[in-house]
Amino acid sequence: MGGGELPGLLVNEIGGIHGILYLITMKEFIENRKHMSKKIQAIYLWWHKPVIDQELLQSLPNLKVIANSGVGMDHLDLKLIASFGVKMANCPHAVSTSTADTGMALLLASARRLVEGYHIVISSCMEYCEASFLGAEVTGATLGIIGMGSIGYKIALRAKAFEMNILYHNRTRRKEQEEQAVGATYCEKIDDLLRQADFVMVVVSLTPQTHKLIGKREMELMKPTATLINISRGAVVDQEALVTALQTGVIRAAALDVTYPEPLPRDHTLLKLKNVIITPHLGIRTDKAAYMITEEAVENILAALNGLPIPNEVLPS
Amino acid sequence: MEGQELPYVLIDCIRGKHGVHEDYVEFLEKHFHLITMKEYLENKEFLSEKIRAIFMWYHRPVITAELLQTLPNLKIVASSGMGIDHLDLDLLSSYGVKLSNTPFVVSTDTADLGMALMLACSRRLVEGYQMAVSPDTEYFPSDWLGSEVSGMTLGIVGMGTTGYKVAQRAKAFEMKILYHNRHQRNKEEESAVGATYCKKIDDLLQQSDFVLLSVSLTPQTHKLIGKRELELMKPTATLINISRGLAVDQDALVEALQNKIIKAAGLDVTYPEPLPRDHPLLKLKNVLITPHIGGATKKTHRLMMENMVESIQASLAGLPVPNEVLL
Repeated sequence: MGGGELPGLLVNEIGGIHGILYLITMKEFIENRKHMSKKIQAIYLWWHKPVIDQELLQSLPNLKVIANSGVGMDHLDLKLIASFGVKMANCPHAVSTSTADTGMALLLASARRLVEGYHIVISSCMEYCEASFLGAEVTGATLGIIGMGSIGYKIALRAKAFEMNILYHNRTRRKEQEEQAVGATYCEKIDDLLRQADFVMVVVSLTPQTHKLIGKREMELMKPTATLINISRGAVVDQEALVTALQTGVIRAAALDVTYPEPLPRDHTLLKLKNVIITPHLGIRTDKAAYMITEEAVENILAALNGLPIPNEVLPS
Repeated sequence: MEGQELPYVLIDCIRGKHGVHEDYVEFLEKHFHLITMKEYLENKEFLSEKIRAIFMWYHRPVITAELLQTLPNLKIVASSGMGIDHLDLDLLSSYGVKLSNTPFVVSTDTADLGMALMLACSRRLVEGYQMAVSPDTEYFPSDWLGSEVSGMTLGIVGMGTTGYKVAQRAKAFEMKILYHNRHQRNKEEESAVGATYCKKIDDLLQQSDFVLLSVSLTPQTHKLIGKRELELMKPTATLINISRGLAVDQDALVEALQNKIIKAAGLDVTYPEPLPRDHPLLKLKNVLITPHIGGATKKTHRLMMENMVESIQASLAGLPVPNEVLL
């Protein structure tokens, strides 16, 4: 059963980290708790699994670090984990580019009605193909970015190439050079952004402050021709208010890479609305990102195990 | 000008893909007396001498020798969009009829669509959407992945106005940009988008993760991408076509996609449009097709229409014609 020399890494399923750490799956752990529990020094979370609770933490006396495979940490009780003296880390660099690309992909697909267009092409109804089919312009339109962290900023860089007018709202204002580099204008009040934007892109982390950040009030401030794009967390948007807003034309359309829950129940109204695109949390779903995430996570884990500063440590705040 | 009749302009119809948008009719009727093909056919004798211009929208009405023969006072055909491959230029020239198009107005939206297709294909957006809404979906598999766009190599075949705008956008995605064109662009233009010229198309095909076609259709570009070109491409590469269906050997493309010679294709244009309902391209999972919507935004259509009106008016007034296509 080996594993005596290499530090034990608990994973939900086999993810493909060889030669540096000994992988233990949850299944193996549960089957052989007594033997495994002391060996496990690190946990690698993939799509929020395994679930970290008090029971698990109590049963792993030598656990030093929990490495998350994405950037969002809202699924973890940071204080609980810290109380066990366990460090935490995420992978911000590996995810930012892929997620920014996802944001742009959704913006373009929604504006130009790609999904609808595809369905028209493959439909058996010839008449449909003869309909005049118009989308909304992207170049020169106004993009409002809510949350200008590293992902939001990468979106701004891309949007600039489409000559978009960029507004942003953030907890803190970015430096002038950073603003100028992407031609972004700061909106201290989110309302100003909402009133002017043709596309509202939500790129915040989920915290108690951002929970239902975009609700009825915010959507009513948006233009009736505007599109809401959410690539952060489902819970940042008041989903019921969104359904109403879309059904009554308060906003024109939405593109959601994230929902609450994921996936949505199969009878959820959002799945039926014509002016919504939903994607299955594409954010970091690329071969390159998966590889980079694993690299970043392993770096974090090895640093923690060697008592060195962790490159992407996340502190409970 | 009082009492002078507005010039009679022939259109295909109102509404529908090839028809004049309803919203434009009011504007158009300030300048022209619009005659639909249906009205024309019902009253040829009276109308044939009156018609001085044809307002051609999405390639309709179709211009034939027969039609031209019956329109002795036809001065100009104003065609929407950039492409003129649907027109017989010699035929028009032989009747002394001028031609105008709207080359620049559509280029921006078309470049945007090229980027949209590239992103949608590589991130498997449509497949993902189908999974997200399917009644059978219980969870999203953790190993369901697409491929990256940022940082990859884009090969642009045809670096005209549209191709160059694609390069400008792709640069922001930190893509490595190669291009193949009849003529090399100047150094400033190349360095502004970080593009490297490939004199031989083969070099571009062999290195690109995405091959984007933005050529105009001419006898030289007919089936420009065929079996040979597809086989030169990487098996992980995606072909994006925003030019004309005939720039690609469609049968060779089907085979290449079926046999995984290339990974995927994103096509805004096919031949014909629309494809027959049983065409293999419509069934392949690794193909995303859109219904020729390159320039299809409200703003651009409006601008196209306004440009066409200008061209017609200039021609009828004997003035230099904006966007004239020299025959």
